[in-house]
Amino acid sequence: MPLLTLMMAVPVLGAVVVAFLRGQAAKVAALATSLVVLVLGLIAWARFDAGASTQFQLAEVHSWIPQFGVSYALGVDGIALSLIVMSVILTPICLLAAWKDVPEDEGRRVSTYFALMLVLEAFMVGVFAATDVFLFYVFFEAMLIPVYFLIGMFGGARRQAAALKFLLFSLAGGLVMLVAVIGLYVYGPGGDKAFLMETLTGNVGGSTTAQRLMFLGFFIAFAVKAPMWPVHTWLPDAAAAARPATSVLLVGVLDKVGTFGMIRFCLQLFPEASTWATPVVIALAVISVIYGAILAIGSTDMMRLVAYTSISHFGFIVLGIFALTTVGGAGSTLYMVNHGFSTAGLFLLIGFLAARTGSQQMSTYGGWQRVTPILAGSFLVVGLSSLALPGLSSFVSEFLVIQGTFQTHRVAAVIATLGLVLAALYILLMYQKTMTGPKPEFAEGAAPRDLSVREKVVVVPIIASFVLLGFYPKPVLDVLNPAVERTLQIVGVTDPPPAVNATESAK
Amino acid sequence: MVLTSATLLLAFVSLILRSVDHQVVTVGGSIAIDGPALFLQGALLLMSFIAILVMAERFGGVGGDAFTPMGASTPGSSQEVEAARAGYATSEVFPLTLLAVFGMMMFVAASDLITMFVALEVLSLPLYVMTGIARRRRLLSQEASLKYFLLGAFSSAFFLFGAALIYGFAGSVDLGVIAKVIAQGATPQDGLLVPGAVLLLIGLLFKVGAAPFHMWTPDAYQGAPTPVTGFMAACTKVAAFGAILRLTYVGLEGSRWDWRLGVAAIAILTMVVGAVLSVTQTDIKRLLAYSSIAHAGFILVGVLAFSREAVSGVMFYLVAYGFTTIAAFAIVAMVRQGASEAAQISQWAGLGRRHPVVAAVFGFLLLAFAGIPLTSGFAAKFAAFAPAIATGGTAGVIMVIVGVLASAVTAYVYVRLIVLMYFSAPADTGEDDEVVALMPSVSTTIAVTVGVLVTLVLGVWPTKVLEIAQSASQFLL
Repeated sequence: MPLLTLMMAVPVLGAVVVAFLRGQAAKVAALATSLVVLVLGLIAWARFDAGASTQFQLAEVHSWIPQFGVSYALGVDGIALSLIVMSVILTPICLLAAWKDVPEDEGRRVSTYFALMLVLEAFMVGVFAATDVFLFYVFFEAMLIPVYFLIGMFGGARRQAAALKFLLFSLAGGLVMLVAVIGLYVYGPGGDKAFLMETLTGNVGGSTTAQRLMFLGFFIAFAVKAPMWPVHTWLPDAAAAARPATSVLLVGVLDKVGTFGMIRFCLQLFPEASTWATPVVIALAVISVIYGAILAIGSTDMMRLVAYTSISHFGFIVLGIFALTTVGGAGSTLYMVNHGFSTAGLFLLIGFLAARTGSQQMSTYGGWQRVTPILAGSFLVVGLSSLALPGLSSFVSEFLVIQGTFQTHRVAAVIATLGLVLAALYILLMYQKTMTGPKPEFAEGAAPRDLSVREKVVVVPIIASFVLLGFYPKPVLDVLNPAVERTLQIVGVTDPPPAVNATESAK
Repeated sequence: MVLTSATLLLAFVSLILRSVDHQVVTVGGSIAIDGPALFLQGALLLMSFIAILVMAERFGGVGGDAFTPMGASTPGSSQEVEAARAGYATSEVFPLTLLAVFGMMMFVAASDLITMFVALEVLSLPLYVMTGIARRRRLLSQEASLKYFLLGAFSSAFFLFGAALIYGFAGSVDLGVIAKVIAQGATPQDGLLVPGAVLLLIGLLFKVGAAPFHMWTPDAYQGAPTPVTGFMAACTKVAAFGAILRLTYVGLEGSRWDWRLGVAAIAILTMVVGAVLSVTQTDIKRLLAYSSIAHAGFILVGVLAFSREAVSGVMFYLVAYGFTTIAAFAIVAMVRQGASEAAQISQWAGLGRRHPVVAAVFGFLLLAFAGIPLTSGFAAKFAAFAPAIATGGTAGVIMVIVGVLASAVTAYVYVRLIVLMYFSAPADTGEDDEVVALMPSVSTTIAVTVGVLVTLVLGVWPTKVLEIAQSASQFLL
């Protein structure tokens, strides 16, 4: 059974059906579709054999455009599978959270909104599952379109500018990558299957300079996507203007394509260039960590704040990836999953808050824990996960990243640790400003209600994931580790022995 | 109109059935019926077929909607009314089109410089006339026609002068002989080769609208009746690039190191000018004109790679771009405010709300222009750029990088249009002065559908066409 194709076909078909339905029916159909995909995702998880010797499982390979050496090839390793499963879990949650984003009397807009989300889900599965570089590029670019419309048609006040900025940044990055993709065709072995990862891995020829340039082509695209300082400026705008559910998919899933791509393509295809670029990348990552955190502290718009925290967190992820140690790699990949859930929690809860007052500004709130205790409590837990409190999921991954980085880049690890302190600042300050303080005054009958049943259903699985992955990350790590080790093997680095002296560690 | 389209279809069928197996150099060596010629001729026939369908649009009126019954009469004068009443149908556009198509088909097959020149004139003269017979905004149309004619005459003169110099160099106008003489090296008239080649190329680059010979493009595109613009943009480009391919690959190939960098500079300039100036346009037809200039630059990048892959890539690009363009201009012709076309981009605001289908189709075509994956534009860009990196050397790589950056700029332009159609509220006009998309007749609907389908199929599954293009990429000489 072509499981991965099915996971893309179902949401696309669902989107077509949803587009023809109206109002409530469209929403229910969309949610049902996403639940079917979730079931398929879980089946894929169950079928995956972490100990297998081949890199890609559940593989499907069909010739597509043999003249360009392009195949329709899907397959997953542990990293891709984890991200796919994360996406298909987040999609129904987001659909449920977005239930009332568009008023039902707007007829067609409701079904458009939900259909676009489903189309996006199909592309998200595709982009992580593609094992053909060209196919990956196709999904990478094509998924911009639904996101663009999700932001531009349904977002907040500055949605048009934000959507355009998002599109232009991504498109520019993508086109730079296109040059590198073409370069792969020229310098790779060529032939009918020129773009398959199996064909390319270890076979990219060309001079060192050519390889480094191609590496840069890919890396720039992924750095825009991830986003890293200094090409991050589209993210806060986009996240603040988009609907919370869109922001979750944008930051929680789409941006992972950037870091995922670094592991899959930058490291695996250009091992030499990766080690060559490491110092600069590490520096950029550390800047992202600190810079994102400082800007988060200075933000007054909560959606922007979360976007900046993500820039900081993506800095950690990139740091772990380019530390080139198994511990760092495992931490980064686990972080990708955890960050998806914790960002989802923050965005959606802020969305719930904003749905009650219509404002994302912190100054609108204050003392809400006395009015909406459950909302405040959930907010605190989600926030604590984001600042990596031990026992919650992010702690495990952040710890692994810093530990892995420390093995090879001590200074970077030490500076990045500052990001942890700053994280506590921005989360707790936000909580303090919005939730604590004297009980706010509301007009008679205008007091905001606490979380509804629907909203609770949204929050529960997210918090459950924190606790689960925080206390028992082993099942996920077991799936991730072989993939990370394989990648590092290709890069040709081995972990430094635990007790290194100072001169050796400087290498 | 029925007769015309039937002619084109019949010609296509006979082309498929007969000529594919009969590749020869004929008519005393002046016409080469080889792979590229046949492929481009087939493409020309199909494109002009759907272009004819668009030209035949009447929108419920008596004659063709876009054309005046009498070009010389003052718009709205009694003279014109009389002409319309007398049933001077607007049908002269059809034979003119056929004449132009004939010239184009000869152009892509011409294997000596004189035939090439004759074909160039045969295809250009009808176009000058067709540009000038718009029903609305007549002055603009006639001005465009005059400009196009004057500049076109200049470029023909350049071409002819170049041909003369080359004749002086090689003692023949036959491309095969010229190639041989170049290969032999040192002749007494060596000095004539490069100026001759440059002048020939200028003549041809003018036709594709490459900068700095692009000045006529926006004016002619804007002034011409919209269906004619579509025809011009698609088919002229195919024909001219066909001739450029033949001239550079067959005739001047041996001397390419002398002029290659110059043409590369032109390609870069074309992409930059087309992309940057399209940003500032407020007229939709001028915008598409600048976009076509940028596309001409992208195609030149492919041409300069000098390999068989490049030939097939360029030919694929021409087909992909041509169908998309004709459909796009057909839609431009449909969108109206009051009695005239909604030429100003601002008039397109909010079209997505009132006419979701029209806007969606146009949006899709724009995405194809921008080269988003899963549209033909992306496959075409890949087909043209890949050989440039593979065999184009450093200049090729630089051109491709400029190309993708220019694509990013043009993407901004197209996306801004989509934003306008979907995200902006329509301008507040009176009930009877709304911007509307007229209900197209069956023929236009077919044309647009074909254009969109080709755009989609070439994007999702380009294998078949690429295969044909590849097998047809060998010049005979």
